[in-house]
Amino acid sequence: MASVTLKEVSKSFGAFDVLQSIDLTIEDGEFIVFVGPSGCGKSTLLRAIAGLVPVSKGDVFIGGEQVTDVPASKRGIAFVFQSYALYPHMNVARNISFALETARMAKAEIRQRLTRVADMLKIGHLLDRRPKQLSGGQRQRVAIGRALVSQPQLFLFDEPLSNLDADLRMEMRFEIAKLHAEIGTTMIYVTHDQTEAMTLADRIVILNHGRIEQVGTPRELYDRPANRFVAGFLGSPRMNFAPVHTDTSSGLLHGPSGFVFATSGTGSSQPVTLGLRPEALEIVEAGTAQSISGTFERAEDLGYEHIAYVRLSDDLVWTIRSTEPLSGHARGQAVGLGWQIKDLYLFNEAGIRVDVEAARGPVVAVQS
Amino acid sequence: MTQTSDRYSNRTYRRLKALKRIGLYAGVTLVLIYMLFPYYWAIISSTKTRESLYSFSLVPSLDFSNYISLFNNPIFMGAIVNSAIIAISSSVLSLVISLLAAYALGRLHFKLSRIILICVLMISVFPQVVVLSGMFEVIGWLGFYNRPAALIFSYLLLILPFTTWVLTSFIRDLPVELEEAALIDGCSRMRILTHVLLPLMGPAIASTGLLAFILAWNEFLFALTFILTDENRTVPVAIGLLTGSSRYEYPFGQIMAASVTVTLPLLILVLIFQRKIVAGLTSGAVKG
Amino acid sequence: MRNRETRTAWLFLLPLLVALAAVAVWPLVRNVYFSFTNAFLDNPSEYSFVGLQNFITVMEDPVFWGAVTNTMIFTLISVSFETVLGFGIALLLHRAFAGRGLVRAAILVPWAMPMVVSAKIWEWMLNDQFGLINKALIWLGFLDKGIAWTADSSLILGTVIFIDIWVTTPFMVLLILAGLQLIPEEIYEAAEVSGVPAWKRLWSITLPLAAPAIGVAVLFRTLDALRMFDLSYVIAANNEKAMTMSIYARDQLIGFQDLGVGSAASTWVFLIVGLIAILIVSLLRLDRSTA
Ligand SMILES: Nc1ncnc2c1ncn2[C@@H]1O[C@H](COP(=O)(O)OP(=O)(O)OP(=O)(O)O)[C@@H](O)[C@H]1O
Ligand SMILES: [Mg+2]
Repeated sequence: MASVTLKEVSKSFGAFDVLQSIDLTIEDGEFIVFVGPSGCGKSTLLRAIAGLVPVSKGDVFIGGEQVTDVPASKRGIAFVFQSYALYPHMNVARNISFALETARMAKAEIRQRLTRVADMLKIGHLLDRRPKQLSGGQRQRVAIGRALVSQPQLFLFDEPLSNLDADLRMEMRFEIAKLHAEIGTTMIYVTHDQTEAMTLADRIVILNHGRIEQVGTPRELYDRPANRFVAGFLGSPRMNFAPVHTDTSSGLLHGPSGFVFATSGTGSSQPVTLGLRPEALEIVEAGTAQSISGTFERAEDLGYEHIAYVRLSDDLVWTIRSTEPLSGHARGQAVGLGWQIKDLYLFNEAGIRVDVEAARGPVVAVQS
Repeated sequence: MTQTSDRYSNRTYRRLKALKRIGLYAGVTLVLIYMLFPYYWAIISSTKTRESLYSFSLVPSLDFSNYISLFNNPIFMGAIVNSAIIAISSSVLSLVISLLAAYALGRLHFKLSRIILICVLMISVFPQVVVLSGMFEVIGWLGFYNRPAALIFSYLLLILPFTTWVLTSFIRDLPVELEEAALIDGCSRMRILTHVLLPLMGPAIASTGLLAFILAWNEFLFALTFILTDENRTVPVAIGLLTGSSRYEYPFGQIMAASVTVTLPLLILVLIFQRKIVAGLTSGAVKG
Repeated sequence: MRNRETRTAWLFLLPLLVALAAVAVWPLVRNVYFSFTNAFLDNPSEYSFVGLQNFITVMEDPVFWGAVTNTMIFTLISVSFETVLGFGIALLLHRAFAGRGLVRAAILVPWAMPMVVSAKIWEWMLNDQFGLINKALIWLGFLDKGIAWTADSSLILGTVIFIDIWVTTPFMVLLILAGLQLIPEEIYEAAEVSGVPAWKRLWSITLPLAAPAIGVAVLFRTLDALRMFDLSYVIAANNEKAMTMSIYARDQLIGFQDLGVGSAASTWVFLIVGLIAILIVSLLRLDRSTA
């Protein structure tokens, strides 16, 4: 078991900076998830921790020890690849025990560990097969088994479930969570599936363009996103945004039609964007007090939830999510969108979230 | 089994890494010297005459008299023309024949295609000397003896199996959907080949053609056997037979000049088409 | 529909089949035919059958067996060296370094040259008096006096092998490199993170996974080496110490104008090469089926 510390880690491929001065501390036993859009550097960061790519600048510590230049084979880690990377010419048993054999471990001990891992992952009946003869889910289990058997102090997963279908993915997600609960080893897990991130993580690290946008528990990130990127990244469907501007003479904040908001003077950090999550909105009758006005576009019934689209202006369509059916409105019909102050997010020019209460004083919503 | 107990310090690994890096570049340099130095030496020697030829200076002395006497040598210049005609004709002929065949072998479904491909492969590996006497007879019947046509004809044995094999694997790599779309539009097979596949295969054909050209340009056994007189010789034989009046007057400078002349254009083309050539050379072998 | 496709296929194949029949099948058949006759090259239409006499003549000729031995030694040694060297260089060029593409292109140089040119260049470098190699060896103190590498009968086969290794290693490198590139990088990485040291990764992962590619490369090179003609012919002329089977057969056929004996020698070559090919192919098959 080990903590991981990254100090100003940067990585560039030629002139292209993939990671830019990453600082991060991961506690012993934590389950950390890296998320971010495709190409933001998640895999690169994970591989830098593993020692599979050398960092260009900065230092990596595992278990408090400097390992920046230590080869991957000496870092005491295990890595589960997206493609599983099983040895095609070895059967499952040898795939799992290969590293142990290499380390000259006693045969009996190897067998014992193999049996334990196989039982744990329910792959005991597959031990004689070649990777080719396994299904995707079975390969995934073998890959995890191979990682487990060496009893590493740190587990690294790079999108391990992305090649599986939805059902299997859920099942394996559960298994991985269970595994972490059982062995308690530090785990770092890369994904771009936010459900995986939200459900598995002790803390989530959100990356964008090679930088950390925010680190925190899933709840923190969801409720108190540090900036517009994080707010927009987590949540499905994503948060609705709209431009706002402050009328300096009246101190009123103007947004999409029907949205007006009193502030107590202008602070240093003027909000330019507002955000409201789809589930924080409710369709009300057009003209209802404090509602944002728009026209109904269409509704989708997903069975367990309902999504509606409401057009606020020519180039702005908002999403509304509800557990109640949202149909019953005609396309083009004028509707209002009700919202509550506690659900409102405001972001300044730089995209940083402006704390509504603190920056603006008590907020009073007035009718337009 | 991951172990962290028996590892060195981070600094040691940093040094090891640097050492490995140096080792890698040293190794690459050695390989390059081994592969390229002889040719470089040939270039240098070709620019030297008489005494300077026997000094061991590593820089060229820029004396082009070897080249001048070479270009004034009608037999050698004739050989270059012969080689070019023969290599181009046999490559083009082979490309046309094997493109047709490759389409059938790579795309059309019929029972014997695998067996034919294997036979083609077998023909490409059997010793040329085995067909020498029979070929001699055929060439005699056709009246090709001691004519460039003899080599254009016999080089088909060398080139056809190779081009067929490579083009077949290139055609197999092209998306089938393109063709299916054309078939639905009512195109004939010939039209598909010439109007749908051919435009896509430009680079493949260029590199295969270049390889075919190299095969023909470099061939020695048939050229030595089926051509009798100097004025019909090809380059490799002309160089092979370039000798002085005695062992000590061996015209090394001139031979080196000839060697450089006949290979430089080839090497430049190979370097330009490097990627495709590698693909062509290995496609059959790796998949087969 | 099926029928039409088959007919079209044969139509497309026709030129190839005709051409191959004319340059390969028919000459081969005639070659075998001639080997049972006493025909001479100057007048091949007049002959009579002599049964197996030509085959016996060839078999009883010590020069033929010398050529066979030379060819076998040549093939065995040069292909082994090329395989080891080619594998080593391929491993080196498989790593990431600046200018890798250029280096991979550059190593094609020896392969793309006519064999005759390579032979001449090395003949020049190995010249006893003016050759660079002797000069370097003397300068380094290994020799007192230049060695006639290409004239000394006891050295000549070795010299031919040495040059052949230089010429054909690039081909080997290419084929093995292509095989290495088929192995997903992540497999090595998986082994690396689980603590498998570099030599063990080479031995237990790279080698078994590259084995099919190496096998194919060895097969091709072996068959190519067995028919070697030009290099020995240019370097060694008719020196029996470096005479290959192909040179022997051509000598009988063209040099002595003896169509019958020459054809019989060629047929022997064909049989020997065929036998070795079958052997290697079945070895490879066996390997693949047990793997
Ligand atoms: N070896 C390399 N050479 C050059 N660029 C690279 C290399 N590896 C990655 N990159 C680039 O670095 C960036 C980050 O890559 P990385 O694989 O870390 O992204 P990622 O966040 O894992 O994306 P994904 O979600 O698609 O897996 C990408 O733009 C990629 O093109
Ligand atoms: Mg990735």
